[in-house]
Amino acid sequence: MTIEAATRNKLIFQLAEVLPENFLLTTKEELRPYECDGLAAYKRLPVAVALPDSIEQVQQIVKICSQLQVPVVARGAGTGLSAGALPHEGGIVLGLSRFNKIVSIDSENLTAVVQPGVRNLAISEAASPYGLYYAPDPSSQLACSIGGNVAENSGGVHSLKYGQTVHNVMQVKIVTIDGELITLGSETLDTPGYDLLALITGSEGMLGIIVEIVVKLLPKAESVKVLMASFDSIEDAGHAVAAIIADGIIPAGLELMDKAAIHAAEDFVHANYPLDVAAILLCELDGDDIQLAEQVEKVDTLLKEKKAVAVEIADSPEEQARLWAGRKAAFSAAGRISADYYCMDGTIPRKQIAYVLKRITELSEKYGLRVVNVFHAGDGNLHPLILYDAGIEGELETTEKFGGDILELCVEVGGTITGEHGVGYEKIDQMCVQFNDAELTQFFAVKRAFDADSLLNPGKAIPTLHRCAELGGMHVHNGELPHPELPRF
Amino acid sequence: MTNITQNDITTALQDQVKQAISSNTPLSIQAGNSKRFYGHSIDENTNAKPLDLSSHTGIINYDPTELCATVQAGTKLSELEALLAQNNQILAFEPPHYPSGTNNQDTATIGGAIATGIAGPRRAYTGSVRDAILGVKMINGTGEIANFGGEVMKNVAGYDLSRMMVRSQGTLGVILSVSVRVIPQPEQNMTLAFDASQTEALSYFQELRKTNLPITATAWLNDQGLIRVSASEQVLKSCKSKIKGDEITNGGDFWQGLRDHTHEFFNKNRPLWRFSLPPASSSVIPLDDAQLLEWDGAQRWVHSNTPANIIQDIAKPHNGYATLFNSNSRIETHNNLSNMDIFPALEPALLTLHQSLKSQMDPQGIFNPNRIYRGL
Repeated sequence: MTIEAATRNKLIFQLAEVLPENFLLTTKEELRPYECDGLAAYKRLPVAVALPDSIEQVQQIVKICSQLQVPVVARGAGTGLSAGALPHEGGIVLGLSRFNKIVSIDSENLTAVVQPGVRNLAISEAASPYGLYYAPDPSSQLACSIGGNVAENSGGVHSLKYGQTVHNVMQVKIVTIDGELITLGSETLDTPGYDLLALITGSEGMLGIIVEIVVKLLPKAESVKVLMASFDSIEDAGHAVAAIIADGIIPAGLELMDKAAIHAAEDFVHANYPLDVAAILLCELDGDDIQLAEQVEKVDTLLKEKKAVAVEIADSPEEQARLWAGRKAAFSAAGRISADYYCMDGTIPRKQIAYVLKRITELSEKYGLRVVNVFHAGDGNLHPLILYDAGIEGELETTEKFGGDILELCVEVGGTITGEHGVGYEKIDQMCVQFNDAELTQFFAVKRAFDADSLLNPGKAIPTLHRCAELGGMHVHNGELPHPELPRF
Repeated sequence: MTNITQNDITTALQDQVKQAISSNTPLSIQAGNSKRFYGHSIDENTNAKPLDLSSHTGIINYDPTELCATVQAGTKLSELEALLAQNNQILAFEPPHYPSGTNNQDTATIGGAIATGIAGPRRAYTGSVRDAILGVKMINGTGEIANFGGEVMKNVAGYDLSRMMVRSQGTLGVILSVSVRVIPQPEQNMTLAFDASQTEALSYFQELRKTNLPITATAWLNDQGLIRVSASEQVLKSCKSKIKGDEITNGGDFWQGLRDHTHEFFNKNRPLWRFSLPPASSSVIPLDDAQLLEWDGAQRWVHSNTPANIIQDIAKPHNGYATLFNSNSRIETHNNLSNMDIFPALEPALLTLHQSLKSQMDPQGIFNPNRIYRGL
């Protein structure tokens, strides 16, 4: 859907009236950097990019677009992995990068008021002098914005214990498609009325423009320990995960890597991982000293009971950083051993880990494509990386089929197609596998309540009923991941 | 554990909803009726028919290592909690049961706990009802059965409708079953008590909030502060030197009394107001009536005959709000108040959004009409 020339002219003219000159981009050269987000396989040029720096400007922009029936795609730092911020060719991108201020830190209520363009890590850095931090830590936290985190309900390595974005946000101010400024949530522990704060979190820019956020801050943990256990079979590692949880321990992080991932990572960062094992499990524990000592002892015993062939305990921050280095570099490491890779984000019940990994191995043989498995084992969030070469004719299509089979497998065992990367444009077709017509219709009803004309990020997250077929994924060509400087979990 | 009988009940419920839609008859969704006092009476101005979920019971799926239990909405909380306890697990939000009647009957169900979103003493420390929700199965406003969320820990596919069902009090659909995240049960609990004025207690709770001590409840009443700590024996021993107060022996009963409002504080024949304030609010609510504080002061209870508008105005400057939590005593003795709003008024734009959402999700307006706000 493109835009009519007359509408385009009106749009640009009206936007220029409310925005300073350099806040509105309209030439192809200026628009180019906004053609995609962290998933570079999908690219489109918008009609214009608006970069406001005040809520009033956002309200004016939205009102203009609403009146002219022009789609609005909100964008934070553009690090998303599901093409959620992919522009609409008939619409504008509303970039929130100028909303980059930490408004205040309340060291008594343990909250911070932040603008949506603030980087995730910047919040923890600003809170650090108070002994506080912001818990959700998506791997792109160096660059990703908190507004984007709310829009995607981002998780991270520490979600198992500290929750996702939805558990760590108190209040959000949104501008609706009518240009109204509405506060969702409050500074208290609950708010009258429907939980629209939960609804807006993870809504992928489809319900409103997020313009201010109050996040929850936590006191930093007294001490941290990291354990690395090696296993001769991936099933044993899977059983160890279940045993730790069953024993009443919720680790801060619990990550699993298979043999292919261990080798790729070790070749890349030399984390001193064992190379003759089938899997390693990284377990991070935190708390006060006495509690931590108890937990380390328990987990160490459990891992050995569950056939760990070796357990290494890292006490010092340096040793811990070494053990994490391989895990954090796993995506980049996969990029070194294959021309391209394709990343999935399904989540499954923990008890299905061994079964699903076995099925993935079978699928790998069937399709003749290698797979590297690194994932958040604690919460069952898989990130299988399918290795392929887009230069070989048909291999991308084979990969997409393989990826589709994996996502359907996740749904089949009671899981979901996306645990933390979002649906966006990328996984919109797989939504049909997970939801039936009644459920999709319900989503559209919710959408209509907020945005009757479907102008906010149209064509994303929720497929229309007749749309169902293709499968997508995170495409990486020649190891060139967008934002290669960021670790990817 | 689900069986044909349960499927029959589901179908019967669905038929009733379809019937209500076609005949435009409002439904009053109920099960244990333990929280019937909370909110506007549905029957007041409508000819609502009851939709009874009390026999829609049973554990559908529970595997302790998944940290998730999926149960039919009519399942009693007591039954679910007993099952979890066998596996050393608990519900993180410590839901109130509010036993009632002459025999103190415990009829509270998980569906009611989710729909009202009322949490107990643990809430400020281990999360709210909505924090624990992973998925719901519901009958929607067109009489269809729809599933949202699921049983896995992380799920960002589609809008988070399961979480939004919490606190919607049955006004957006009929919750058939829910999947909730559970947490490990701490090995032991210990309750410490110390003498303190309200101001002193608030200041001390605030100090503790900046630590990572395993506190799972706090309270203040009658010039006494109380703190529950939950951990292993050794950790509790170390907490004794870090937290002030003397250990009391009947801590378990005390916290259950607060949770269920069976504590003598709640035995008053005056309206019960609940204040919800930002956790660090250090000021004392200027009411002469006795006060009970929980959640480090973020939740405060007062039985008071003070007019509603005055009470609401007291909360506002603190960035908080007040709710007429239990109006039973009020209806008996203060009939003139029965038309006032129980929940604080929403800003006009926010109310419009609520109405829009309600009419999209429940186009016929049959689900618990007016339960929270008039017109919803």
